[in-house]
Amino acid sequence: MDQRRFDNIGETLYTDVLPNGLRLRVDSRPGFATCYAAFAANYGGANRRFRCGGEWTDTPAGVAHFLEHKMFDMPDGDNALDLLSANGAEPNAFTSSGMTCYYFESTQKFYDNLRLLLKFVSTPYFTPESVAKEQGIIGQEIRMTEDTPDFAVYMNLLKLLYARHPIRDAVAGTVDSIAEISPETLYSCHKVFYNPSNMTLCCAGDIDAEKVRAVAEEALQAERGCVPETDFGEAEADTPAANYAEDRMDVSAPQFLIGAKASPALSGGGFLRQKLVGQLALRILCGTSSPFYTGLYAKGLLNREYDYELDWSAGTGTVIIGGESREPGAVLEHFKAAAAGVAGSGISGQAFENALRASYGARLRGLEDFDNVCVSLAEGVFGGYDAFDSFAMLRSVTPEECAEFIRDRLAPDKLAMSVILPEKE
Amino acid sequence: MDIERKEIMPGVNLTALRTDKFKTGCLSLSLLTQLDRDTASMNALIPCVLRRGTALSPDMDALSRRLDGMYGTAVEPITRRIGEIHCTGFYASFPEGRFLPSGTEVMEETARLLAELLLAPNTRGGLFLPDYVDSERDKLIEAIRGRVNDRQGYALQRCIEEMCRYEAYSTLRWGDEKSAEAIRYQKLTKHYHTLLASSPIELFYCGGADAEDVTAVLREALSSLPRGEIDWDIGTDVRMNSVEASPRETVEEMGVSQGKLVMGFRLGECMAEPDMPAIRVFNALYGGGVTSKLFANVREKLSLCYYASSILEIHKGLMFVYSGIDPENYGAARDEILRQLDAVREGSFTDAELAAAKSCFASEVRAEADSQGELEGYWLSNALDGGEISPEELAALAEDVTAEQVSAVARSVECDEIYFLKPDGSAEDEDGSETV
Repeated sequence: MDQRRFDNIGETLYTDVLPNGLRLRVDSRPGFATCYAAFAANYGGANRRFRCGGEWTDTPAGVAHFLEHKMFDMPDGDNALDLLSANGAEPNAFTSSGMTCYYFESTQKFYDNLRLLLKFVSTPYFTPESVAKEQGIIGQEIRMTEDTPDFAVYMNLLKLLYARHPIRDAVAGTVDSIAEISPETLYSCHKVFYNPSNMTLCCAGDIDAEKVRAVAEEALQAERGCVPETDFGEAEADTPAANYAEDRMDVSAPQFLIGAKASPALSGGGFLRQKLVGQLALRILCGTSSPFYTGLYAKGLLNREYDYELDWSAGTGTVIIGGESREPGAVLEHFKAAAAGVAGSGISGQAFENALRASYGARLRGLEDFDNVCVSLAEGVFGGYDAFDSFAMLRSVTPEECAEFIRDRLAPDKLAMSVILPEKE
Repeated sequence: MDIERKEIMPGVNLTALRTDKFKTGCLSLSLLTQLDRDTASMNALIPCVLRRGTALSPDMDALSRRLDGMYGTAVEPITRRIGEIHCTGFYASFPEGRFLPSGTEVMEETARLLAELLLAPNTRGGLFLPDYVDSERDKLIEAIRGRVNDRQGYALQRCIEEMCRYEAYSTLRWGDEKSAEAIRYQKLTKHYHTLLASSPIELFYCGGADAEDVTAVLREALSSLPRGEIDWDIGTDVRMNSVEASPRETVEEMGVSQGKLVMGFRLGECMAEPDMPAIRVFNALYGGGVTSKLFANVREKLSLCYYASSILEIHKGLMFVYSGIDPENYGAARDEILRQLDAVREGSFTDAELAAAKSCFASEVRAEADSQGELEGYWLSNALDGGEISPEELAALAEDVTAEQVSAVARSVECDEIYFLKPDGSAEDEDGSETV
């Protein structure tokens, strides 16, 4: 097992690849009562057309998420959530466009809980009855989510940006698409994506990395599996499929998102750098300390319901900036002007240094959160880098790289805007 | 972790937790007042206005640049109600110097900035800037209106408003729209001076510095705090019994596709001398966790709802059960939630269920000690009711809770209000017959 020491942030990371292909990361945290384990598959809502060497298989929208719900059922009739909870753990799972992640947090019986986690995620058990019952439950969840303005404004933005990429469909699918799911669909997707070679186990806490490895070796299959290939469709253009969409819902003030596509993600150190540059560029341009945000805040065009992010998932990079404003159109005009300003005259040394320091501090704060640590480590595994390298790499990013990102990716013709307006009186 | 608590200035208490466990340190400052409909909006607004600019850093732009330069130190306004005590102030989080490329410590600078925000706002003629007050007030009003966007939170607040209609607790932590609209800069400045002079102040620090050093830094930073007669007469009125013999039901409509059911309970006689570990274990067993009666029976077995959980407001002696349901399941879900409470009252639960509840609760409390934000809330809440028991000690006490103690708490609990937010035009089913 390799031990990497990150003295700058006071962390030690143990890394290993098991003979079955499972990639292991353990962040050692002496003094913490909480231990955290995330067992993740490189499989999400966008992995709908795939193959393992042979023929391409097409699956309906929502299988990855459906599978996540059903994995907690165990063949002997037990439910993994109950077993883990009875051990004092707090288990849960999430499915994004590019990842399915099962995790728990516990302050006791960590290795027992870990064994249970690995066992239940690698043991498929589905019946027609349990699938039918879940179709009802997830159908409810889908309807509830569709009600929320946050979700609507986000999905509308993805549909504006992407013409074909499966990321434009909701991860949970639709009531109709999940009706097509059968136990066979679930068994075959589990077999393809949930093998150790396509997965990672990332843990943090006051735990012994060797012991984690021993548990993983004992609980999982010994053989390697396939690393499936996904077809996300024909490459997308740099520009959005359409630029503007609006809808009306029961909201108190207009909700909006401005979006753009970042260049298709690379892998490895180049990918990490791309992430850091993009994130820093956005912080400088439209972070909460930027003249853009503070200016519009002072004008009353933006409030604290505001955020920005760069989401890298399933071979896409998506810039998302938004919140609540009485005049979303005016916000967009100011945003274009701010981006044009940076594109024209670049970034000042002081602005860059401040953003760099703020970003460093924010990343350091992120280390306090084991959930964030383990998910970042898992994203790093699937993206081909070590997440903790971001601290050292961040300090080598230049203002020119950030200005180039803004010039290239946030030009007026690259932007799309999604708005949810209040219902008419 | 070493915990130290002392009064460092008249009416100013510091709780200092020394630990090397975290990458960041935190400092918080809370002004305490009695929760009151007339002042709640002003209290909530004050830190937001102060956060707009100080004499030295007059606007957000200047403040943000300064905070970025302090390696992304964050200082946020924070307003809470803990029982019927209104706590308003700032929460600051800053990186520990030993993890910064430059090795600079920013704790002292953060303490000075907190004091500057509190004591040296950007003013004109001694008054808050009308522009800052007006724009923050409008944002506060938007936030109050915006609570409908979170349907579950809205339903919970509506249940509280109905249930505690004659109690201060019905006041939202931001106050109401009407009182917020009435705020002007002169009035707010006057209220600010009253708060500074008379409110007890709670400070919290967690990080690598010694309590002594932190005390010295904070005393120096707050040296110009104008202290008058401190208003110690604040507290929470715990009403033991339901308002009426049987729970009141309130049904309202909104454009939602899933109904939101919230049931409000009084913890009752057990609040006379509250046995905190027993009450918390009871909650975990009844509806607090995924092994609870509500989760296992109402959601899993009977599929009556999408989720069902219970939460405690221990300072005020309340419990709420909240659930997302289809309107046609209204009557059945409500009855089942009450039936599960009866089961706990009668002791119909296994040793395994009790063990799972204890373990769930203990785990939750131990985990609080791993998060500075949680620790801050934990110790502030402790400071308000004079408790000095650490999360570790509380978790250990849960082990000794008996089945009979849990049932006794359940027997003391009374349902007082049932609130249902249902989809527009839908029919809720009471007992099998359609009602519109």
